[in-house]
Amino acid sequence: MLLEVNDLNVFYGAIHALQGVSFSLEEGEIVTLIGANGAGKSTTLRTISGLLRSRSGHIRFRGQDISTVAAEQIVRLGISQVPEGRKIFAPLTVQENLEMGAYTRRNPAEIQASMQRVFASFPRLKERINQLGGTLSGGEQQMLAMGRALMSRPKLLLLDEPSMGLSPILTEEIFRIIKEINSQGTTILLVEQNALMALSVAQRAYVLETGSVVLQGSAAEVRDNPQVRNAYLGVG
Amino acid sequence: MQKANSSQPFMPATRKSGARLAWIGRGFLLALALLVLIVLIRSFFDNPQLFAQIAISGLQLGFVYALIALGYTMVYGIVKLINFAHGDVFMAGAFVSFFAVSHFQLHRWPAAVFPGLPPILVTIIGSLTVILLSMVVCALMAVTIERVAYKPLRNAPRIAALITAIGVSFFLEYFGALNFVFSPRFIPYQRPFGVVTWYIYDGIHLVTEGHAPPQGAITFSNIAIIIMVVSILMQLSLQFLVRRTRIGKAMRATAFDKQAAQLMGINVDRIISVTFAIGAAFAGLGGVLYAIAYPSINTLLGVLPGLKAFVAAVLGGIGSIPGAFIGALIMGQAESLTAGYISTPMRDAIAFTILIIVLLVRPTGIFGEPEKEKV
Ligand SMILES: Nc1ncnc2c1ncn2[C@@H]1O[C@H](COP(=O)(O)OP(=O)(O)O)[C@@H](O)[C@H]1O
Ligand SMILES: [Mg+2]
Repeated sequence: MLLEVNDLNVFYGAIHALQGVSFSLEEGEIVTLIGANGAGKSTTLRTISGLLRSRSGHIRFRGQDISTVAAEQIVRLGISQVPEGRKIFAPLTVQENLEMGAYTRRNPAEIQASMQRVFASFPRLKERINQLGGTLSGGEQQMLAMGRALMSRPKLLLLDEPSMGLSPILTEEIFRIIKEINSQGTTILLVEQNALMALSVAQRAYVLETGSVVLQGSAAEVRDNPQVRNAYLGVG
Repeated sequence: MQKANSSQPFMPATRKSGARLAWIGRGFLLALALLVLIVLIRSFFDNPQLFAQIAISGLQLGFVYALIALGYTMVYGIVKLINFAHGDVFMAGAFVSFFAVSHFQLHRWPAAVFPGLPPILVTIIGSLTVILLSMVVCALMAVTIERVAYKPLRNAPRIAALITAIGVSFFLEYFGALNFVFSPRFIPYQRPFGVVTWYIYDGIHLVTEGHAPPQGAITFSNIAIIIMVVSILMQLSLQFLVRRTRIGKAMRATAFDKQAAQLMGINVDRIISVTFAIGAAFAGLGGVLYAIAYPSINTLLGVLPGLKAFVAAVLGGIGSIPGAFIGALIMGQAESLTAGYISTPMRDAIAFTILIIVLLVRPTGIFGEPEKEKV
């Protein structure tokens, strides 16, 4: 098991945002976490990355409990996140943003090689290498955010709504790249409101509702579940 | 982090009268600027030597303020705090060098360790040691202040940290004024190296004792030159650090978005400490140079330079490093010209006049970008 989340409880003040969430990822999988706005998807990812602390429960990554590890250390362990809204460093250039993604690494030659690999996946970024992050279009910012997250060579990549605000064509492109990244050996936890797209690339899925997992199974099972079809896929 | 909303809200009536007010303000300022310019040009042609002399002392002040202002602007950029204790760190820099020189003869160590060393090398190495010591002590002091006083308030409302900063400032000033610390008196400052003065009059001549420079000569000193050169060098190396190095880029990333920086593996606490340390080291350096130039020190010596450097940072656009530098040079000239052409006591008032004008006309300063919230 690469990641195991067990009975996670997270609060914002008095708001009980995650109420005993449990799920797991095997190495090499794409797993998606779907659910309506406010269900607790981002909270889950932020807790895994160490930006939020759980009140109880465990997060185990490759067997190690990381629920009290500092955020900047979690990246070093091999978990990288593309946060909701991209969170690009607007005053830094594309290249500098990517360098920040490699902040945990020291070998310049290896960093350079990773950057070339990112450019191979996202040729648009190479064209804009000296442009400020804040001047990129939404789609380009998403590519930069993903490239930046890959620069730390993560074993597990957390993606928070990568399709948000993107055109259908760009969304297709982003999902193609998600599959490509996964095929190169990175495990992916994908949070999406675009459930149909997410279920089409994922092997397994968890459905989150007001802070609890209400349904789980293979992507096909979840897609065929009548309630899911009704609530999230707009069919039925 | 959403961008500041540049489009005006829909408020037709107030918008119109606001615009008219702004135009009156601008017209007034333009007239004021024109008046100042005319006075300056006339003064220059009346007595060019006097003007040059005043400009030189303005440069000397401005470059010291630049060293202090960088710390204000860097710290503001990263934790959005006006660190009012910064001027007192500057004061501490002067005092550390005072003790090192007067009590421990630290500036003479090369002569003691290497007896054959040429005197000029003894002076240079010894003085550099004193300056470095002051910078290091100031850096440690600022990092401690940040850890103890500001860090616990990082998620509290900003006004809480601001009031704490003022409290820390008072603490340093009046703790230092205790008799067994620095005492409240003005203490003559023993310099690590002598001040040499030259005058320009048919070439450059050394000012020697008993021979006053002739009427109309422009004088300048080695410390004035040192202050300018050092301040420019520090400014350039800071630009290099922030633009080109890994830690500098991490500082800019952290200043923009702390959580995103954490997701990169950046230790935000460490970056904040480094920022305080660099700002304080610059202030400490400024403190030593200031004391050498104006060799009488007491524990309130950082108050006015600190406030003026703060105004310089606001004038340049707080958060902007080049802005702080330019703002400081303007402040130095404004002060020196006021003292020279209006009246000496007015020199301190001009800083606050400028602050008020900046806050009224362009609160974001020269290089600042419009932002929604300000202290
Ligand atoms: N910073 C916050 N402070 C208080 N409540 C929050 C905060 N962030 C999220 N919440 C609440 O936590 C719940 C889960 O939010 P979130 O994880 O962002 O949901 P999702 O990503 O699934 O849309 C929501 O009820 C939301 O209102
Ligand atoms: Mg969300």
